[in-house]
Amino acid sequence: MELILSLGIGVLVGSGTWLLFRPRTYQVIIGLALLSYAINLFIFSMGRLTVNAPPVIQPGTEIDPAAFADPIPQALVLTAIVIGFATTALFLVVLLATRGLTGTDHVDGKEDDR
Amino acid sequence: MILTSEHLIIVPILAPFIVGVLLLFVEDSRRRFKAGVSIFTAATLLFVSIELLKISHADGGRVIVYLLGDWPSPFAINLVLDRLSAMMLVLTSVLAIPSLIFSLGRWQKAGLHFNALFMFLLMGLNGAFLTGDLFNLFVFFEVMLAASYGLALHGSGMLRVKAGLHYIAINLTASLLFLIGVSLIYGVTGTLNMADLAIRIPQIIEDNRILLETGIAILGVAFLIKAGMWPLGFWLPTTYTSASAPVAAIFAIMSKVGIYILLRLSLLFYGEEQDGLDGFGSQLLLYGGLITIIFGSIGVLASQSLGRLAGYSVLVSSGTLLAATGLTQIDITASALFYLVSSTLTISAFFMLIELVEKGQNAFTSVLAVTMEAFGESEEEEEDEEIVGVAIPGAIAILGISFAACSILLAGLPPLSGFIAKFAILTAIINPEGLGQGGTISSTSWWFIALLILSGLSALIALVRAGIRTFWAPITALVPRVLLTEIVPVILLLLMALVLTIQAGPIMGFMEATAVSLHNPSAYIEGVLEAPQATSWQAEQDK
Repeated sequence: MELILSLGIGVLVGSGTWLLFRPRTYQVIIGLALLSYAINLFIFSMGRLTVNAPPVIQPGTEIDPAAFADPIPQALVLTAIVIGFATTALFLVVLLATRGLTGTDHVDGKEDDR
Repeated sequence: MILTSEHLIIVPILAPFIVGVLLLFVEDSRRRFKAGVSIFTAATLLFVSIELLKISHADGGRVIVYLLGDWPSPFAINLVLDRLSAMMLVLTSVLAIPSLIFSLGRWQKAGLHFNALFMFLLMGLNGAFLTGDLFNLFVFFEVMLAASYGLALHGSGMLRVKAGLHYIAINLTASLLFLIGVSLIYGVTGTLNMADLAIRIPQIIEDNRILLETGIAILGVAFLIKAGMWPLGFWLPTTYTSASAPVAAIFAIMSKVGIYILLRLSLLFYGEEQDGLDGFGSQLLLYGGLITIIFGSIGVLASQSLGRLAGYSVLVSSGTLLAATGLTQIDITASALFYLVSSTLTISAFFMLIELVEKGQNAFTSVLAVTMEAFGESEEEEEDEEIVGVAIPGAIAILGISFAACSILLAGLPPLSGFIAKFAILTAIINPEGLGQGGTISSTSWWFIALLILSGLSALIALVRAGIRTFWAPITALVPRVLLTEIVPVILLLLMALVLTIQAGPIMGFMEATAVSLHNPSAYIEGVLEAPQATSWQAEQDK
C-alpha cells in the first residue's frame, strides 16, 4: 500500500510540476490542480497509513493509540482541499480574464517570438 | 464571566472579518458609507492594537495566550500575543488607515468590493501575526493571499491581470510548498503548535532529523517566496508596481509577513537550544539576503518608472532584513526590527506619493515603462514623463517635500528614521560583543556593511535622478491635481516616520526588549504551554 501511495503521489507531482512550467495558462492550472491532489494525499499519508481504524475515540474506554487513525491530518486535508479548491477557482477566473484581455492563452500575455 | 482584556486579542481578527462580511451586503454605490465604516474599523484596530502593545509590554514583557474553545494547551488552537506580534499589529493598522483614506479619492471607484477585500486582507495579516499554530498560520496566509489576489487585480486592466496571473500562480505554488512543509513537520513531531514544536524538535531522534530538516527547509522556501528573497522574488516588483496605489501601500507589509514568520520560527526553534539544529539555515538567510540587496539595488538603479523603483526598494528592504535575521545576534535583530517599521512606513508612503506624482500620466506610460525594461529601449520615455492637470498652488511644493523626505528615508540619510535604523544595524554589526567591547567581525559582516551602505547610495542616486526629472526639469511646469484625501495619508505616514525619529530612544528600547525575548524563547514556550484555561464556568458547574 505504501508503494502504491508513494507512486501515486510521485506521478502526480511529476506531471503537475511539468505542466506548471508549460507556457499555456490551461496547462498551468491543470498542473496546479494535480499538484494539490498530490499534496492532499501527502498530508493524508503523514498521519501514517492505517486500515479499518476509526479516528474518533470513544469516551470512557481504555485507549490504545495504535488502534486509531490520526484524525489531525484528516482535518488538515479537508481544510487544504477547501482552500485549494477556492484558490483554483479564483485562478480560473483570472485565466479567463487574461485570455479576454490579451487574446492569447500564453502565460506572459503574448506569444513567443519565433 | 467578565470580558477582560484577554478577549481583546481576538478583536484584530474578528472585527475586520465581521465588518468585511457585512460590507459585502452593502451596495457598492454607497461608497462613502463603506469607506467610513472601513476607516472606523481600521481606527478601532489601531486603538485595540495599541492597547495590546501596552499589555504585552507591561511587567517586563508578557505572553498572553488565547485558547480558542478553551481546550487545554498544547491541543487548543491558540492565539499568542507577545511584543513582536503586538508591534506588527500596530504597524498593520497604522498602514491601513492611510491606505483607506487614500482610496477615497479615486481607487475605491475603480472596482467592486474594495473595502470588503481590504478588511479580509487585514484579517489575514492580523491572524498571521497572532496565531501560535502552524496550520492556522497557513489558513490565515491563505485568507490574506485570497484577499490580496482580489486587491492586486483591483482596477483591472491588462497590466494588472497579467501581473496578477503570475502573482497568483507563484503564490499558489508557495502555498503548496507550505503544506508539504507543515505536514512533514507534523509527520515527524506529531504537533503543530509552535511552542510545543520548540520543545519537541531537540528530542527528535537522529533518523528522523533529516526528514524534519527537509520539512522546515520547504516551509522556509514558502516564506522566502513571500519575502521576495533572490532568486524567489522576481514576481514582486511587477506585482507591486502594477497594483493600484492604496493596495501597493498595504502590500508593503505583506512581504514583511514572511520575514516576521522566519524571525519568529527560526529563533523559536533554534534560539536557545543551540544543540537542536545548530544555526540551521541562518547562513542561507544571510547570503540570500545579501544577494537580494544586490539584486534590489541594481533594480533600483535600472528602474525607469518610479513604480518599479518602489518595487525594487521593497526587495532591498527585504534583503536587509533577511541578512540581519541570518546574523542571529540580539542587537542586530533589535535594529532590524526598527528598520522593518521605518522602511515599511516609508515604502508605503512612497507608493502613494508616486501615484500623485505620476497622476495625469497616460495609463499606457507605466505599461510602456515595463515593456521598455524588457526590451531595453530607454530613450523614448522622457516625453511621457510630463505631468498634466489643473494647478493647485503649493501642491508641487508639498509633493516635492514629501518626495525629498521619502528619498532621505529610503536612502537612509540623516536626520530621519531611515538613517537611525541603518546606523543601529551598522553599530550592532561592528560591535558584535557589545558597544566598545571589540570582538571579531566576520568577512560576511563586512560584506553586509558594504552592501547596506551601497544600497543606500543606489537608492539615493535613483531617487535624485527621478526627482530632478519630475520636479525640476519640466520646463512647462504643469502641476498635478492633488486631492486633500490623497496627500493627507502620505503626510500622515511621513509624520509617523518623524515620530519614529524623535522617539527613537524609547522605541529602540522596546525593540531591544522584543529582540531579547525573541532570542530567549523559554518565556514564550512556557507562556503557551502553561496557559490557564478559562475554566471558571466549569468549576461553577462542578459545585
